Amino acid sequence: MSLTLLALLVRAAGLTVAISGVSIALGLALGLFVSVASLSRRRLVSVPARVYVSFFRGVPLLVQLLLIYNLLPAAGIDVPGVVAAVVGLTLCTSAYQAENLRGGFLSVPRGLLEAADMAGLGAVQQFRRIRVPIAVALTLPTLVSEAIMILKASSLVSVVGVVELTRMAQDLASSTYRPLPMFATAGALYLAIDWTVAGLGHALERRARWGRA
Amino acid sequence: MTAPGESAAGGTALSVRGLVKRFGAHEVLSGIDLDVPAGRVTCLIGPSGSGKSTLLRCMAFLEEAGAGTILVGGEPLGFAETPQGRRRLPPARIRAVRASIGMVFQQFNLWPHMTALGNVTEALRVVRRMGRAEAEAKGLAQLRKVGLEDRAGHYPAQLSGGQQQRVAIARSLALEPRIMLFDEPTSSLDPELTGEVLDVMRGLAADGMTMVVVSHEIGFAASVGEQVAFLDGGRILLHGSPRDVFGKPRHPRLERFLDTYLDRGAAMLA
Repeated sequence: MSLTLLALLVRAAGLTVAISGVSIALGLALGLFVSVASLSRRRLVSVPARVYVSFFRGVPLLVQLLLIYNLLPAAGIDVPGVVAAVVGLTLCTSAYQAENLRGGFLSVPRGLLEAADMAGLGAVQQFRRIRVPIAVALTLPTLVSEAIMILKASSLVSVVGVVELTRMAQDLASSTYRPLPMFATAGALYLAIDWTVAGLGHALERRARWGRA
Repeated sequence: MTAPGESAAGGTALSVRGLVKRFGAHEVLSGIDLDVPAGRVTCLIGPSGSGKSTLLRCMAFLEEAGAGTILVGGEPLGFAETPQGRRRLPPARIRAVRASIGMVFQQFNLWPHMTALGNVTEALRVVRRMGRAEAEAKGLAQLRKVGLEDRAGHYPAQLSGGQQQRVAIARSLALEPRIMLFDEPTSSLDPELTGEVLDVMRGLAADGMTMVVVSHEIGFAASVGEQVAFLDGGRILLHGSPRDVFGKPRHPRLERFLDTYLDRGAAMLA
């Protein structure tokens, strides 16, 4: 394969990383918000959060992407494909991350919060200083595998006209009539990205072991 | 012994009146009256299910009683009696009154993601808004008091149970409480580790800390306690100095309770 073709694939892989990375970060923030809402004692808050989660987990990502891509222009909002892609991936992953984090929050031992009560920490301080770090640490392995899922699912955003890694490989395969090397290289690039993310995840998990063997 | 209404030399640090607590249909506390004299050690003993831990948790407002009042330094904790009836106080008032109470838990409840020093300085930094250097100096001084200055950088998971409980005591003391509550502080420790925790508690008592201790350590209650309350079935059955309570002739219910301990000890030796 020529260096020009490889460069094109690597650049497309860069777009895959960028779109996935932004979506995972935004999805984590939104997921945190939704998980807290779903744990609220007020049904007016918790029920919409649960509906949100079941919708975005229940409808295929491909359908969500096409919906967003066609819905927003119909509402008079013109969105570039990249924005539609990020919005779609963010909404989808936020639902999964919300559900993971909800489990994490429920697993924070009550005694730790009672100790925080006695130390005078208010609700917001307990949330920031104790509940979030422990819930995130408990769900770290799931959050990392969710990040890898999103990286791979980002190949679907080609349907909204974004030329990311999979789409670039397709385009080059049809223009060069050599599909095998193109898709093999794309696959290798996905693997390299996944391994990097998994490695980062393991490093984070080691840091969040807090002295446990 | 301090009868309700009568105060000890140092005054009453905490007083409980007519406390009733139900979990569903089950009444755990059936009208408790107790005065905790300042600067003294009060021990709550009794069989499991007698309500002693629940009473202690009510004193920390970790449980909300259904009726009755708790006064801490004369201030109502959690609920106030008003002409309109019993009213829950706003969270800020509850926090303000609770600031004078420290609590040590059976399960230590150290925050696992913070080092020993981090656990001790957390509230100083976040609640008291103390600078890092000042908070750490104060935290290290507290760890020194419990003999763990050299473990400041260790995470709870790297400490033995006895060390964790001593860090938990240091964490409470750092906030300079006027009353320390201990909820079975040695019950989840191996027997050879209970000594180091009890030693720290003896030191605190000698320094004049007001303490309320729920414990199965009858020896500690008898030797360090200045007031002992024996609970059974949600009531204080016996109440007085260790000599009054443990001296003969003993109440038959207490005798039975103590026998189960001796039996258990004998069974362990057999």
